[in-house]
Amino acid sequence: MKQITRLGLGLLLSSSLVTAHADDVKIGMITTLSGGGSHLGVDVRDGFMLALEQSGRDDVEVLIQDDARRPDLARSLSNEFMQRDEVDILTGIIWSNLAMAVVPSVVRQGTFYLSPNAGPSDLAGRMCHENYFNVAYQNDNLHGAMGAYMREEGYERPIIMAPNYPAGTDALAGFKHLYEGEVVGELYTQMGQTDYAAEIAQIRDSDADSLFFFLPGGMGISFMKQWESSGVDMPLFGAAFSFDEILIKAVGSAAIGARNTSLWAYDLENEANDRFVEGFQAAYDRMPTLYAAQGYDTANLILSALETAHPDDKDAFREALRAADFDSVRGEFRFGPNQHPIQDIYVREVVEGDDGEPTNRLMGIAVEDIQDVYFEQCQM
Amino acid sequence: MSVTLLIEQLLNGVQLGTMLFLMASGLTLVFGVMGLINLAHGSFYMVGAYATATVTASSGSFLLGLGAGIAAAASVGALVELLVIRRLYHRPHLDQVLATFALILIFSEGTRWIFGSSPLWLSPPSWLTGFVTLPGDTRYPIYRLMLIGVGIAISIALYLLISRTRLGMRIRAGESDREMIGALGINISKLYTLVFALGAGLAGLAGALVGALQSVQVGMGEPVLILAFVVIVIGGIGSIKGALLGALLVGIVDTLGRVYLPIFFQTFMPPSEATGVGSALAAMLIYILMALILAFKPKGLFSAHD
Repeated sequence: MKQITRLGLGLLLSSSLVTAHADDVKIGMITTLSGGGSHLGVDVRDGFMLALEQSGRDDVEVLIQDDARRPDLARSLSNEFMQRDEVDILTGIIWSNLAMAVVPSVVRQGTFYLSPNAGPSDLAGRMCHENYFNVAYQNDNLHGAMGAYMREEGYERPIIMAPNYPAGTDALAGFKHLYEGEVVGELYTQMGQTDYAAEIAQIRDSDADSLFFFLPGGMGISFMKQWESSGVDMPLFGAAFSFDEILIKAVGSAAIGARNTSLWAYDLENEANDRFVEGFQAAYDRMPTLYAAQGYDTANLILSALETAHPDDKDAFREALRAADFDSVRGEFRFGPNQHPIQDIYVREVVEGDDGEPTNRLMGIAVEDIQDVYFEQCQM
Repeated sequence: MSVTLLIEQLLNGVQLGTMLFLMASGLTLVFGVMGLINLAHGSFYMVGAYATATVTASSGSFLLGLGAGIAAAASVGALVELLVIRRLYHRPHLDQVLATFALILIFSEGTRWIFGSSPLWLSPPSWLTGFVTLPGDTRYPIYRLMLIGVGIAISIALYLLISRTRLGMRIRAGESDREMIGALGINISKLYTLVFALGAGLAGLAGALVGALQSVQVGMGEPVLILAFVVIVIGGIGSIKGALLGALLVGIVDTLGRVYLPIFFQTFMPPSEATGVGSALAAMLIYILMALILAFKPKGLFSAHD
């Protein structure tokens, strides 16, 4: 009995020792590290951790959990992080449907959430919140920018294609919003579809002069390989989600020549980006993707805000986040009134790299200072 | 809307059908001969694709890779039969479903553990890329034509195997009366392993051939598996002939539905709504077809156990 009390005392003592470090900052990261599309989560995590390491701070603790792309799991992990670990900040979610399951309740309970990838329209508009910051993009941004770019380049009869699910229909709506012209046709594919022979035949049969598509992950790989062997000669356009450095290596030569919009490119010239790309390659021995860049920026934004305030002082910390006083790897970066980025969107072309493998090369800016269209619905 | 589009889509449907047949024939053989529901059949498809991608990358020869893919899938199949499946024959179907579902998880995570979660690169060899111009100015990829050719060749080979050889005789005997052929002194456990490996090898071949056209990634077998189950239910469980007919039917209906349903709805609806409704209905079409066929022929088109 005595021993048990002593043990209890010891535990009490040690737990009070832990709380003695109240100044430490705890960050919970829920991201996709297994299952389909896990390379996105891995890159967000690696970019994030690289920034922390480069900062040299040892008072920031990051707890990482895998959501396996399941909304229910992500939700219970977020509860665990908030109630058991009492984290100050949550981040990491890749997919919009998971973000919608987690973010609203997290921010309502007073924890900060910084999105390193997902940017569903509801969170930018009517469900925006003072504790929610999106450091990546609003989902429409890249598609809309491609619409504007194609209009400017003089493509008059695009045919557009996406899977038949919310992010797919949003992508085509975003494209049409800034393309501001008639499209020849809209094709909706099935989620997870692997064979595109029927769609390719339709595209060939139409009189389109260009193709814009949004097929994230494995769908894009299948489509582009089949596109190449079909003999259809039409320029390809898309958002960076189908053309990250890892995906285009799996596509191979079929991706060469495709143009894609991105908020970041590894050959973008600025000091922060040099430091990031070199550091990332040295640490992980591979080329970073845009997801890694977003993770890196998210961490640097948090670090910059920590310079002025601790997350316990919510108002001061929030103000510090809003100021976005950090060197972003994508050049200029600021927040709009709904705490989503106002940023330049770039165009990249897939070319054959020095090692013979396809890689992205920066071509220029598609749209300067793009802002989402939902900020007017946001009342904060 | 032109004749060339229709011809091309029919070819696409036949091509999808022949690949489905490679999957479904193994599934239906295993069910017909051993009475086993094997959900892990999609894993052999994945094993075939991964082995082909790995060997093709290191040797530079697609044909060598293809051989390795079939061999790997068949031997993994034989191994799984010896270690796991063998214990399931006398269990109820629910236990079989549970155990083979566990196999899916083990294969998927194992593959991720070995190869990582990024998709592997596998493309058709250069002598199979490009397209041919068919009569009526239809351009069609050579690789897809080759797939149709392989599918037809395998169908004929399977037909000959089952109708003309001793092994085929035993398979047919096993389909019609499982206990009797054991009683007649045929080494039934060897036959089971052989049939299971044959089915796995065919799935591996399909995975390798389709993997070069699509992407080689973890979990690639499951969507195909669902279609293959639809095929064998339509064709009649246990019947190879039914599997062939069901596969072609599903392939053609699915392909034509995806193309022509949205066009059909556009005749009386605004374009963006029509594509939405049309593609949603197209996704359901083969299940509607299955329901219709089962309503009139509850055991499928050709039932092996009449």
